[in-house]
Amino acid sequence: MSKQVSISIDGRTITAPEGEKLLWVALENGIYIPNLCAMKEKSHPSGSCRLCYVQVEGRAEPVTSCTLPVTEGLSVQTRSPQVDRLVKSAFELLLSNHRLGCGRCPRRKTCELLKMAKERGLKMKLFHLEPLEWPVEIDDSPKTFAFDRSRCLLCGRCVWICQEVAKVGALGFTGRGIDRRVGTFQELSLAESPCTECGLCIDPCPSGALYFKESK
Amino acid sequence: MVEGEEELIRTSVSEVLGEQEAVRESLIPILLRVQEKLSYLPPLAMELIAGALQIPAVDVFGLATFYNQFRLHPPGKYQLQVCMGTACYMVGGKIALDCFERRLGINEGETTPDREFSLERVACVGCCTLAPVVVVNEEVEGRVTPTRVDGILIAFGKKIQPSTGVGEKKGDDGS
Repeated sequence: MSKQVSISIDGRTITAPEGEKLLWVALENGIYIPNLCAMKEKSHPSGSCRLCYVQVEGRAEPVTSCTLPVTEGLSVQTRSPQVDRLVKSAFELLLSNHRLGCGRCPRRKTCELLKMAKERGLKMKLFHLEPLEWPVEIDDSPKTFAFDRSRCLLCGRCVWICQEVAKVGALGFTGRGIDRRVGTFQELSLAESPCTECGLCIDPCPSGALYFKESK
Repeated sequence: MVEGEEELIRTSVSEVLGEQEAVRESLIPILLRVQEKLSYLPPLAMELIAGALQIPAVDVFGLATFYNQFRLHPPGKYQLQVCMGTACYMVGGKIALDCFERRLGINEGETTPDREFSLERVACVGCCTLAPVVVVNEEVEGRVTPTRVDGILIAFGKKIQPSTGVGEKKGDDGS
């Protein structure tokens, strides 16, 4: 096995296997760092949600912790004014593309956005941005679950699960820029796609876009 | 799909797959070559390519929708390109595009089911004094007002229903 190194997170000394990504070391030791797109089993972190920033001692700019391998003597702070600002902006950008309505959301108890807001003292409210109001489009063609794209944060967890764990390949990213979305081949409904309705993608969904029908 | 097209798609795709290595990294060159042969990427072609490269069809579709270079609809007999350069946009290029969309019943980037007309937006075509400009099969049409839109379509054989005014008021111009 790989060598153990000792690092410091927020002044706490922690031993961890060398090369492990900082985000997982922190989370496993009960130190919360906001994250969405990261999945531990994924070989290459996509680093696209821009939420898991930390301040590394000796580096001027904050670094995404999902892409930072731990090395001996690494010293990081999970909060700094710079980090907080970046996280706040990323959070607001995500929120502007997320249909709120937590009262009726199936994920209201386990929502990653609400967790982030609570941990970092962020408001579930837009300050600088207008909400992107897409028409609400819910694909409830599968028997057991449904997909509400207006709640999707494009974290890509379901896409990765669908392709690499379930080995189905029904879901993927389509379009570009503001039209980017989690879709299927020819934008067919899930029932018409190769989807086997295995349901593996439901649990990882951080925002209640994919949900079991009975949990609603 | 028109008659004999399926056959053409199958032979073109297998020819291209014969030239290129069937790995994920060749996806862009493969799609470009197939598009060169067929002038667009039909769903069947994308499925055949995905099968050959052993990747999900949605990944091929995702890539084809990511790059503007790829077209998912066949070019029409009359290819309408509406200029959205700064000058054309400012004097109502968007209005001309909306008019075409409404008259043809298709969205930008699509083709009418009879394959007579296809509609695209382009950046500046270089004759801003004629703004707003529409290019039909390389021929430039200048000062395209909504009336001119109908004129162009009628000239190319599109039957236009005379406007009755009923039920069109609301939301049309906000009046």
